[in-house]
Amino acid sequence: MTAVSEQIGAWVSEFTRQAPVAPWIQQLREAAFQRFVDLGFPTTHNEEWRFTNVSPIARANFPVAQPKLSEPRPLGNGPESHLAKYAAFHQNPFVALNTAFLNRVAVVQVPAGTVLEAPIEITYEATPGAAVHPRTLILIGANAQCSIVETYKGEGRYFTNAVTEIVAGEGAVVDHYKIQRESPEAFHVATLQAQVGRSANFSSHSISLGGALVRNDIGAVLSEGTEATLNGLYIVNGTQHIDNHTVIDHAKPHGASHELYKGILDGQAHAVFNGRIIVRKDAQKTDSKQTNKNLVLSDEAVIDTKPELQILADDVRCTHGATIGQLDAESLFYLRSRGIGKEEARSLLTWAFAQDIVDRIKVQSLKDSLEGILFEKFHEHAH
Amino acid sequence: MSLLEIKDLHATVGDREILKGIDLSVNAGEVHAIMGPNGSGKSTLAQVLAGRELYAVTGGTVTYDGKDLLAMAPEDRAREGLFLAFQYPVEIPGVSNMYFLKAALNTIRKTRGLEELDAFDFLNLVREKMKLMEMDQALLNRPVNTGFSGGEKKRNEIFQMAVLEPRLAILDETDSGLDIDALRTVAGGVNALRGPERAMIVVTHYQRLLNYIVPDFVHVLSEGRIVKSGGKELAIELEESGYAGLGIEDEEEAVGKV
Repeated sequence: MTAVSEQIGAWVSEFTRQAPVAPWIQQLREAAFQRFVDLGFPTTHNEEWRFTNVSPIARANFPVAQPKLSEPRPLGNGPESHLAKYAAFHQNPFVALNTAFLNRVAVVQVPAGTVLEAPIEITYEATPGAAVHPRTLILIGANAQCSIVETYKGEGRYFTNAVTEIVAGEGAVVDHYKIQRESPEAFHVATLQAQVGRSANFSSHSISLGGALVRNDIGAVLSEGTEATLNGLYIVNGTQHIDNHTVIDHAKPHGASHELYKGILDGQAHAVFNGRIIVRKDAQKTDSKQTNKNLVLSDEAVIDTKPELQILADDVRCTHGATIGQLDAESLFYLRSRGIGKEEARSLLTWAFAQDIVDRIKVQSLKDSLEGILFEKFHEHAH
Repeated sequence: MSLLEIKDLHATVGDREILKGIDLSVNAGEVHAIMGPNGSGKSTLAQVLAGRELYAVTGGTVTYDGKDLLAMAPEDRAREGLFLAFQYPVEIPGVSNMYFLKAALNTIRKTRGLEELDAFDFLNLVREKMKLMEMDQALLNRPVNTGFSGGEKKRNEIFQMAVLEPRLAILDETDSGLDIDALRTVAGGVNALRGPERAMIVVTHYQRLLNYIVPDFVHVLSEGRIVKSGGKELAIELEESGYAGLGIEDEEEAVGKV
C-alpha cells in the first residue's frame, strides 16, 4: 500500500499547485481529488481492471500540463449545470483525477433544432513528458443534429487522461467519432459518457490505433425510444495493450442499441473487450445487439472478450456474440488464385476486416483519411 | 509439347487418397471435359492444379508450359496464365470487386511484361466484358461475391476469366446452380474465349453444359482415375446410358437430365 500512497503523493503536490478558479469548479476539483485519494489507482484485483495493469501510469509521475485552448472564454450557465454530472468520478479514479485537474473545458453547444452539416472537430495534441487531462462537454439541444470528431495525438512519452460528456436532447441526432492516434509510447485513458434523450439517435465510433497502454470507457444512458450505436475498431501490434469497456444502460422502454467492436491483433499485443448491457426493469421492448469480432494475426497476441448482460425486464430482445479467428484460408486462396501475392492477399483481407467499421463512418473526409491510414498500415509489410 | 502434362498424379486430403494416378495431356487450343460422378475427384483435380494447399500431392508430376506447376505458388500459377473458375466462389466482404479485379489484372499484366492499366482503360475493358456476361455494372462496386445470387457468382467467375485472359482455364462445375438462360450466357462467355492459344478443362457432372461448350475430348473420372477417354460423343453416350453404362456407381441417377 505504501507504493500506492507514494504514487498519489506526487499528484497531491500537483493538485495544490493549481491556479485558483471559480468557486464551483474549485469545489468540484476538491471533491474529485478527495475521491481519487480514496480510490487510488485501480489494481488488477478490481474486476473492472482485471486485465489492465495501470501501474506504469501510476509510476510515471508526469507533471500536469494545462491545456491551451485556442480562444478561452468563461464557462456559461449551460455548462455549469452539466459539467461532471454524467461521468461519475466517485466510481472511476481516472475520471476523478481528470475532474481534480479541471481547468479548461472544450464546450460544444448546439442550440435546439440546429442542423450542422459540417462536423465539429476537436484535436487534443499532448505535451511530451506530461500528464494532460482533456475535458470536453458536448450539449446538443432537442432535435438538433451534428457530428463531433475528437482526435487524440502526440509525440513521445506522456499520459492523456480524457473525459468527454455528451448530453443529447430529445429527438437529437448525434454522431461522435473518436480517433485515437497517440504516440507508440503514450498512455491513454479516456471516458466518454453520453446521456441520450427521448427518441434521440446517438452513435459513438471509437477508432484506436496508437498508444502503448490504452483504456477506453464508453457509456451511454438511453431514454425512451432512443437508438444508440456503438462501433469500435482497435488495431494493435508489438506490445500494445488496449482495453475497451462499454456500458449501454437501457433505462427506459422501446430503446434499441447496436454494438459492433472489431479488433486486429498482431505481435504480442493484448486486447480486452468488456461489453455491459443493462436493461432496467422499466425498459420493456428493448432491442439490443452486441458483437465483438477479433482477427488474430500472430500466435502471441491475446484477446480477452466478455459480454455482461444485466437484464431486469422480461419483454426484451438481447443478443451478443464474440469471435476470435485468423484470416480465412478459402478467401486467401481465392485471392491468390487470381494472381494476388500471399502477403498482399493477407493485407487486403485484414484491411477489409477493418473496412467494415470505417464504412459506417458518415463523415466523408474522416472516412477517406482513415481509409488511407489503414491502407498504408496494412500494406507496409506487403511490399 | 503440350501446354499441360499431368503424369500419374496422386493427391490426398488428410489420410484419404482422392487422386490415384491421373494422366492427362492438354494442348493449346483444345477443350477437355472431365466428367464423373460425385466423389470421383473432379474438383480435387481442379483445385490441385490451381494450388490449393488443402490437398497434398503425394506422387506424380504436372508440367505447365514446360515448368513444374506443382512447385509454383497459387499466385505464380495465375500470373503464368492459369485460371480456376470456382465451383463455390468465395465471398469477401470489404473488398470491392473492382479493386480486386484491377489488382489481379495488373499483377498478371506485369508478369507478361505489359503496362498496368489505368483506371480509365480498366473501366472500359471491364464494361465490355460485363456486357458479354450480361452482368449488372453495379456488381463492380459491391464486395467480391458478397450478396450475389448463385448465378451472379458463376457469371462473375467467367467475367473475371474474360478480363484476365488465361492460357489455361479450368472450369469447376460452372454449370451447377444455373438456370438454362444463365447457362447459355455463361457458355457464350466461355465460347468467346476459345482460341488457338488457349486451352480449357471443363469439369462437370452433367452433360448439359457440353451442349453449349462443345469439347474436343471427354474424360471420365472414377475413384481418382481416368477410366475412359474419347471425343465429344462420349458425353452423349453418358447422357444416354448414365455412368452406370460404364459400370460406374453414381449416387445421382439422372445424369444429363436438366
